[in-house]
Amino acid sequence: MSSSKERALQARDKPAALGPDLDVDGYSRDSRDWSNCPLSYLPEDIVKRSLDVGMVPDEEERAATYFQIDHSVVSRTVQRMFEGKVEVLSTREALKKYEWLKDYWWNIIQVDTDKYTSLAELHWDQGYFIRVLEGQKVTLPLQSCLFISTDNLNQNVHNIIIAEPRSEVQIITGCAAHSNVSRGLHVGISEFYIKRNAKLTFTMVHDWALNFDVRPRTAASIEDDATFINNYVCLRPVKSLQMYPVAYCKGVNSRVRFNSILYGSSNSYLDVGSKVVLQNNGSKGEVIARAVAKDDSKIYTRGLLMGEHRNSKAHLECRGLLLSNNALIHAVPELLANTEGTELSHEAAVGKISEDQVQYLMARGLSEAEAEALIVRGFMDVNILGLPENLRERMEKLVETTAERAL
Amino acid sequence: MLEVSGLSVEVGGKRVLDDVNLEVPKGEVHVLFGPNGSGKSSLIMSVLGFPAYRVVSGDIRFKGKDITHLPINERVKLGIGVSFQNPPAIRGVKLKDVLRRLVSDKDEKDIKVHELAETINFPLGLMERDINLGFSGGEVKKSEVLQVLAQNADFVMFDEPDSGVDVENLQIIGRAINKMLKGRSALLITHLGYILHYVDADKAHVLLDGTIACSGNPSKILSQILNEGYAWCEKCPVARRELCKPETNPQL
Repeated sequence: MSSSKERALQARDKPAALGPDLDVDGYSRDSRDWSNCPLSYLPEDIVKRSLDVGMVPDEEERAATYFQIDHSVVSRTVQRMFEGKVEVLSTREALKKYEWLKDYWWNIIQVDTDKYTSLAELHWDQGYFIRVLEGQKVTLPLQSCLFISTDNLNQNVHNIIIAEPRSEVQIITGCAAHSNVSRGLHVGISEFYIKRNAKLTFTMVHDWALNFDVRPRTAASIEDDATFINNYVCLRPVKSLQMYPVAYCKGVNSRVRFNSILYGSSNSYLDVGSKVVLQNNGSKGEVIARAVAKDDSKIYTRGLLMGEHRNSKAHLECRGLLLSNNALIHAVPELLANTEGTELSHEAAVGKISEDQVQYLMARGLSEAEAEALIVRGFMDVNILGLPENLRERMEKLVETTAERAL
Repeated sequence: MLEVSGLSVEVGGKRVLDDVNLEVPKGEVHVLFGPNGSGKSSLIMSVLGFPAYRVVSGDIRFKGKDITHLPINERVKLGIGVSFQNPPAIRGVKLKDVLRRLVSDKDEKDIKVHELAETINFPLGLMERDINLGFSGGEVKKSEVLQVLAQNADFVMFDEPDSGVDVENLQIIGRAINKMLKGRSALLITHLGYILHYVDADKAHVLLDGTIACSGNPSKILSQILNEGYAWCEKCPVARRELCKPETNPQL
């Protein structure tokens, strides 16, 4: 038995450090097989749901597409003009194809972190391998979708994303459940490698279901002069979601930016953090979070900045907006410096919607509900994501719909 | 147009307006003077219906309709525009977003907004900024005036449009307000009266301790205030609301 299997077995019952503890045996592992097909051949209801998380069915608008339903890979295509520039495979195929890939596998995430990493090793259901080749600037975004079509299913994906030196790419990933799905568990392991002078912008949109549990485990390694922008948008209810992605700024002048827009509704429990480890000269990090909590939702928004090297800098900004007396927002910013010459700072503000602002807009003729919707929409400012125009517009639409639905 | 009768208002239990009577007829521009804290802004907020300004007695009628208990937006929809003195900043809400909602649906919204902006030499870059966030004093005033222009209301209230504005911009704002007010009604609050160099006002009122102490000719009242300050009002034997009948006041 491989050592990672052994370690996974040992961690099988190990609860995560944060978030509600789940009985991982309470979900089904059975799903039908889906065959490989173009997106346009997929059932209409699945395509429609994938649109909600930023996918476009016309693959021409994307440099490459990866689409997984339950445990099956249904599409992994690279547009002709991007062949030789980017590679998209399932991780199972990629591990067969590239011997060297094992060095990237469970490399910056420990397999025995908790029962969810263990589950992903012991019951691994594909995931995507995306690699942008050296020096390639990919002009269209890549898209991937992890979809769940079976109720109470457990899906465990392990993704590897590599931006080779001097490459540049935008990736949008949507994770969604079919409208017939009410519960289930998604575990997603994602290991990002951003090499010298590369720039990777990764935008993930989640749209699960009321009784769905989600446990992503993400880490990024950032080399000299490389930049990693990680955007996370969750606007729809979920039973529980807990993640604490970490970026290791290993290289000289390595940069990371975590942006998240969270909207909690119903009984959603969202525990979302971002950890930045500054490990070299000129390393920089920024964490920006916007959290809106409605109904009986609970949002924990965490941030940990660790300064381990001189001449490094990071800032954390969290703003929370409460729309209900039963909702909760708990901002937990942490700064940890263990060397001089590292500069860490944070600001956090949590509060109710300001009456002054509502009344000001009412004095411009907006109804109270319209004014609140405009403020909520503005609060969930997609400009913080730093996206190119076409992706920004899609995100804006999603936020707009949420804000209108909110009030 | 606007009739305020016997209006008394409290904020947090404290009386801020006391038996205010004021009428702004159709087509007239009235000026409101008064020392700091005399209740000028409170009057504007009360006319608009801000909930913190609780009407204890009296009523407010607009175009003949009793609006005393209407929500803010419904009053505004009847044709009231306002330029605030200290508007709040709203993160993420762009000035452009608000302006687009104000201009009529008949117009090509972006073009109309740009046209209005040009009339007051408004920097277009500010349109894309979060409303009032990090705006300079002058930028706030211009943005407020621009919103009022876009509102295109029959009756407009300006709360100190001339304070904190440099000479050049004062001229631009003053001319824009004057042009806009042709044929409309307005209530203007000003401290030092700079705006009156550009705007023809029909009547002025002096508010002291939450009540109208006297009313009369705007330029005469202003010159008295500038020469002698509000101390003059305190001494003035006729400057009491129960005595205040401007047509019988020989000083005005």
